[in-house]
Amino acid sequence: MSILVVADHDNETIKAPTLVTVAAAAAIGGDIEVLVAGENCGAAGEAASKIAGVSKVLVADNAVYAHALAENVAALVVELGSNYSHILTATTTSGKNFMPRVAALLDVAQISDISGVVSEDTFERPIYAGNAIATVQSSDSIKVLTVRGTAFDPVAAEGGSASVEVIDIATDTGLTTWDRDEIVKLERPELTAASIIISGGRGMQNGENFALLESVADKLGAAIGASRAAVDAGFVPNDMQVGQTGKIVAPDLYIAVGISGAIQHLAGMKDSKVIVAINKDEDAPIFQVADYGLVADLFKAIPELDSML
Amino acid sequence: MKVLVTVKRVVDYNVNVRVLSDHSAVDLNNVKMSVNPFDEIAIEEAVRLKEAGTAEEVVVVSIGTSACKEQIRTALALGADRGILVESDDVMQPLAIAKLMKVLIEKEQPGLVITGKQAIDDDNSQTGQMIAALAGLSQATFASELVIGDGTATVTREIDGGLETITVKLPAIVTTDLRLNEPRYASLPNIMKAKKKQIDIYTPAELGVEVAPRIKTLKVTPPAERKAGIIVESVEELVDKLRNEAKVIT
Repeated sequence: MSILVVADHDNETIKAPTLVTVAAAAAIGGDIEVLVAGENCGAAGEAASKIAGVSKVLVADNAVYAHALAENVAALVVELGSNYSHILTATTTSGKNFMPRVAALLDVAQISDISGVVSEDTFERPIYAGNAIATVQSSDSIKVLTVRGTAFDPVAAEGGSASVEVIDIATDTGLTTWDRDEIVKLERPELTAASIIISGGRGMQNGENFALLESVADKLGAAIGASRAAVDAGFVPNDMQVGQTGKIVAPDLYIAVGISGAIQHLAGMKDSKVIVAINKDEDAPIFQVADYGLVADLFKAIPELDSML
Repeated sequence: MKVLVTVKRVVDYNVNVRVLSDHSAVDLNNVKMSVNPFDEIAIEEAVRLKEAGTAEEVVVVSIGTSACKEQIRTALALGADRGILVESDDVMQPLAIAKLMKVLIEKEQPGLVITGKQAIDDDNSQTGQMIAALAGLSQATFASELVIGDGTATVTREIDGGLETITVKLPAIVTTDLRLNEPRYASLPNIMKAKKKQIDIYTPAELGVEVAPRIKTLKVTPPAERKAGIIVESVEELVDKLRNEAKVIT
């Protein structure tokens, strides 16, 4: 078997979810090759050649692959794809964007967001926002998979010595043009990448009170999230929402403050390694999933927590 | 311009989903079914395009059992003009749905297709992209802003770490993210009016599409249970536990 992993990168470095994807490829077993498609992406190609367990790196360095436009990247992967038994990429916004095109053009199904490898054709994946785990088997000749970023221990970024092959294929469908990026210069980590998250719910009472969480977040290097109730009440913007219809997160530590624990919120955060709940209502459902619960008025507890960090 | 919108019938997002004891599937008996929330955003965006005079007609498509008519009626009550049901009792997977949509796109010739970015049951996030690939169209996934231009659409997309703006040639497939808009509620008069709107029904065979599933579900299990935690008495104890027992803060 030969496995192609399509790397998520910024032309300079390989992003962390790709190391998790290589780990999933290793669990399937077989020769692992990594494709780096981008513009001026030689450094990322070099970095990929050092990833543990990779036998070959394919570098497609061309302006048509700048900004990873789905149409062009998918066309490239389809052209290379029939040589492989499995094609994998990380479940990032980039992977989610181009990979289903690859599957459709190869006339095979995609299995999204795998969280486990059972065998070369059978995989586990969360459904219903993680409220159930499905074990699914593919009957297609090529398995097209995206890999959940929290599901496998990443392989080492250093130590490998793969050969690097330059691929001279430039496919420009001309369908889409890139205009601009607005990458938010966060002082805090992004919700889906943060190792610690502190989230506020309706108990925060208003948007200004989220400043209490900001101070704690800055000390912990944490991202700030919110429940749907807090978003619906207009306290904070929608992109902070953790839950079934918001962001699905699995940090090392999740601190839920003034969050009752509605099903749709729990669906978005219950895979966190350690959950802390601070709520004045001792009957709040959030306590049923919390490792550490503190029944307290958040307006007293949070400043106290802040002072002890 | 005609806008085609897809809607999926899914378990309502407020339902606490349970796995059947034989681990064959999740329990869908007597469970409230709704329009997939991301598809509600798609309907809203299409209806706004019509209200703005950019779109002349909004056609809503659902693929599944005859019960999906309920979700098509919901979309019609929200302002869509006409419905199409591709009726089948088979399991419908994204690749099959994309093939059916390709045929409907050839039939209907829309200027724009709007789908939800994912359905909240299978969480695949594949269908829109697959439709675009098979129909040979451009795609703008995870849209938080959509501006229709002359033969093009400029779309702001939610990507990891921020936003990306791209321009796609029309016709194109746009998939909706949460911030695109806030869906309205249907008014009673509109619910009544929706009952008179037309729904055309096809079968996959009539559209010439083979829909046999490629992926077999072997079992569905509940996720690993979290083991019961403890209630701490003070903030001090909490910080101590996090530092010395869980070792998640320093």
